[in-house]
Amino acid sequence: MLTIKGLSVKFPTRFGDFTAIEDVDMTINPGEIHGLVGESGAGKSTVGAAVIGLLQTPGYVANGALTLGDTDLRTLSPSEAHKVRGDRISMIFQDPQTSLNPLMTIERQLIETIQTHSDASESEARKRAVDLLEEIGIKNAAERIKAYPHQFSGGMRQRVVIALAISTDPELIIADEPTTALDVAVQSQVLDLIQRLAKERQIAFMLITHDIGVIAQVADCVTVMRKGRVMETGVTAQVLGKPQHRYTQQLMDSVPPLDRKIDRFRVPDADDTIANNGDMAEDWLLEGAQHVRTGLSLRNLTVKFAGQRTSIFRKPPPYVALDDVTLNIEPGSIMGLVGESGSGKSTLAKAITGLVTPSDGIMELGGSVLPFGKSRDRDHPSRQLIQMVFQDPYSSLNSRHKIGDILTEPLWFYGFVKDAQEREKLAAAMLSLVGMQPDAISKYPHQFSGGQRQRIAVARALLARPRFLICDEPTSALDVSIQAEILNLLKDLQAKFGLTILFISHNLAVVRQMADNTAVLRNGKIEEVGETNALYTAPQAEYTKSLMDLTPMMPTTWQT
Amino acid sequence: MVYFILKRMVQSVFVMLAVAFLAFSLFRFVGDPITQMTGVETSVEDQERLREELGLNDPFVYQFMRFTGDMLKGDFGFSYRTRQPVAEMIASRIPATLELGVVALIISLLVGVPAGVYTALKPRGVLTQTILMTTLVGVSIPTFVIGIMLIFIFGVQLGWLPTFGRGGTVQIGGWESSLFTIDGWRALLLPAITLGVYQLTLTMRLVRAEMMEVMRSDYIRFAMARGVPTASLHYRHALANTMVPVITIIGLQFGGVIAFSIVTESVFQWPGMGLLFLESIRFVDIPVMGVYLVVIAFFFVLVNLVVDLLYVAIDPRLRIRDVS
Repeated sequence: MLTIKGLSVKFPTRFGDFTAIEDVDMTINPGEIHGLVGESGAGKSTVGAAVIGLLQTPGYVANGALTLGDTDLRTLSPSEAHKVRGDRISMIFQDPQTSLNPLMTIERQLIETIQTHSDASESEARKRAVDLLEEIGIKNAAERIKAYPHQFSGGMRQRVVIALAISTDPELIIADEPTTALDVAVQSQVLDLIQRLAKERQIAFMLITHDIGVIAQVADCVTVMRKGRVMETGVTAQVLGKPQHRYTQQLMDSVPPLDRKIDRFRVPDADDTIANNGDMAEDWLLEGAQHVRTGLSLRNLTVKFAGQRTSIFRKPPPYVALDDVTLNIEPGSIMGLVGESGSGKSTLAKAITGLVTPSDGIMELGGSVLPFGKSRDRDHPSRQLIQMVFQDPYSSLNSRHKIGDILTEPLWFYGFVKDAQEREKLAAAMLSLVGMQPDAISKYPHQFSGGQRQRIAVARALLARPRFLICDEPTSALDVSIQAEILNLLKDLQAKFGLTILFISHNLAVVRQMADNTAVLRNGKIEEVGETNALYTAPQAEYTKSLMDLTPMMPTTWQT
Repeated sequence: MVYFILKRMVQSVFVMLAVAFLAFSLFRFVGDPITQMTGVETSVEDQERLREELGLNDPFVYQFMRFTGDMLKGDFGFSYRTRQPVAEMIASRIPATLELGVVALIISLLVGVPAGVYTALKPRGVLTQTILMTTLVGVSIPTFVIGIMLIFIFGVQLGWLPTFGRGGTVQIGGWESSLFTIDGWRALLLPAITLGVYQLTLTMRLVRAEMMEVMRSDYIRFAMARGVPTASLHYRHALANTMVPVITIIGLQFGGVIAFSIVTESVFQWPGMGLLFLESIRFVDIPVMGVYLVVIAFFFVLVNLVVDLLYVAIDPRLRIRDVS
């Protein structure tokens, strides 16, 4: 049993100690899955790192008690602590792509770990490793164990990671976002596995995640954290079903439900004072022909990529990223596009923006044909009419440019506004329109949070006077409460300016809240297209059904 | 895999052709070969006859093809200065330079890799800071100054080591080696250290930077979380991953060491290719310069090919294709 009492972790900095977590209490019993939930910066991972004794230097445990069974984890010497790691406490990391040593076979990594913690001979260790892999659900394990990590798919790799973590029979496993990097189908398998291990082997799990759906589905107990402090803790149904703390309540309000559509997210503490200065930008966007709504239609679009060449004589078969995709996006509507990783969602966006060249098909924007890839001229009108909002706001804004430079660029580039001062004024007005202080114009991107940066990215897209906006996973790098704000903003802007939006996401719940129509993409093929509500309530394709079933969600009764 | 190697070989052939073209241009267009070969008393008619005999009036492309063909057959022409075949001259100098280069490389690896690992694992230690400072001074001083300083201290003041030449050499086949006598090693030590210092610093800093990066990676943290013994963690898990990018730079540097050992060879009067090249420049011995260029390019290409193969040997991601 793990007991944490009054735990504080501090990081010394030049400006004094920074307190990462303060006064955290928690107990995890054998066989219990204890969810630890909170937004980025809440200190969830720091709790896990403190328990296993792998705090990033120079962090240190300043206060509190950490006990595992009868062992006081704080009094262990470094070498004793190293012995406890693996033996009694183990860990699972977020990204299975990076958490295995790429140069060693699975076999070597497993045998090494097993032999470190027991006197097993090489062949005994190998046998145990094979049994373990079989148990974890890897078929033909005796054969597959000889493979290197890159020869496994993402989900299989996460299974190998779990096998490594349990290979020494630990009492406690700290799982730090174990399913965040996985697709829903794989996620559900991995969660099932974790549940089974907790039950059968009586392993205690500390499940760190930002996904409340995951917690709701598998965790017995949950602790909600914010800014390094525990807000609320208790049995999952109690905490999430009848939240007592105001923050838990807000968090629950921000989670998009899968089973119904809500008009707007209730966003706490919305700042209404700045929204009024945006009139100038609003008028400018509505000027002239800007009320024309522009649809997009794709007919039999096919995109192929050349395969990896391995022989001089044989030409490798091309990889078909998009296969005969036909999709019609009505003017002024939002088309949701869902699918797992590798299904071709982003390739579709790239084909529309002219970044990849389709091998076949027709694309039409507002009735005129869009030339493919490089044959589209630099000054083709579609380059202005189609704009994009990217997934990662940290890399989509040039960190060496001021916000003002970033925002005024489309204005001079497309020749909208000749006067430099006028451009600045318009950019500032646009910032108000997207809910930011106009003085942001003289700052740099790193001075803003992820959500604010995404607002800037939206403002930049709007300053090109687009009629068609592609949002490629615009909120998947953001916390739920920020996601709610951005989704509200996009909805408002779309309604005001009659934009046509292609909204790409792997998150079905988010798409349900945003889209008028939804298309489901799988392996480059459209599985199903339809009006969003109809599609969600009565999916036709088997694949859509399974996606819906596998998405972790909260019981309806918990929702407010 | 086979395709990969073949591709690299074809690329190498093109690189060699480009270098051969440079060497040929040097030979053909820097000064008139005939005036170089003949004295003032040779008559214009004789000069013309010689020009015709040597094929210098043939079309340019034809001349280049003949030049390349001769090279492939091992016929590198004759030196203007000594009238010896260039092939012989270069061949007699190659062992000295190669031995110097290889020993310098080994010294730099033997010291550089462990020092890099140590400074990465103990980034705040006093010894680490000392090592980093000293090596920084080491690279800031030009090679010839280091050489002269070493000569002054160990050769002149202490009188421990010889300051020039190769010392005692042994003839093995056509290879004149100084690796089999104490005397040879004594002579080799100072120039090898001089040549290796720069590479040592580079190797160390690169290993350090890569190692620190690798130590922060998820798989190392996961290995720590599993309690993998520290020695295995550092040397089996981390170091192997560190070496992948390091090998590229070491390979490129080794080519550089061979090519630019000129300074060291001249300071220590080491009878290698670099010294031969310097002498050739002094006497405008263009055939030797051209061949030197080609030989050095060949080393570069060869080393790079070896590096590529080493890559494949180390990294299973290049060797074994995805099966899932």
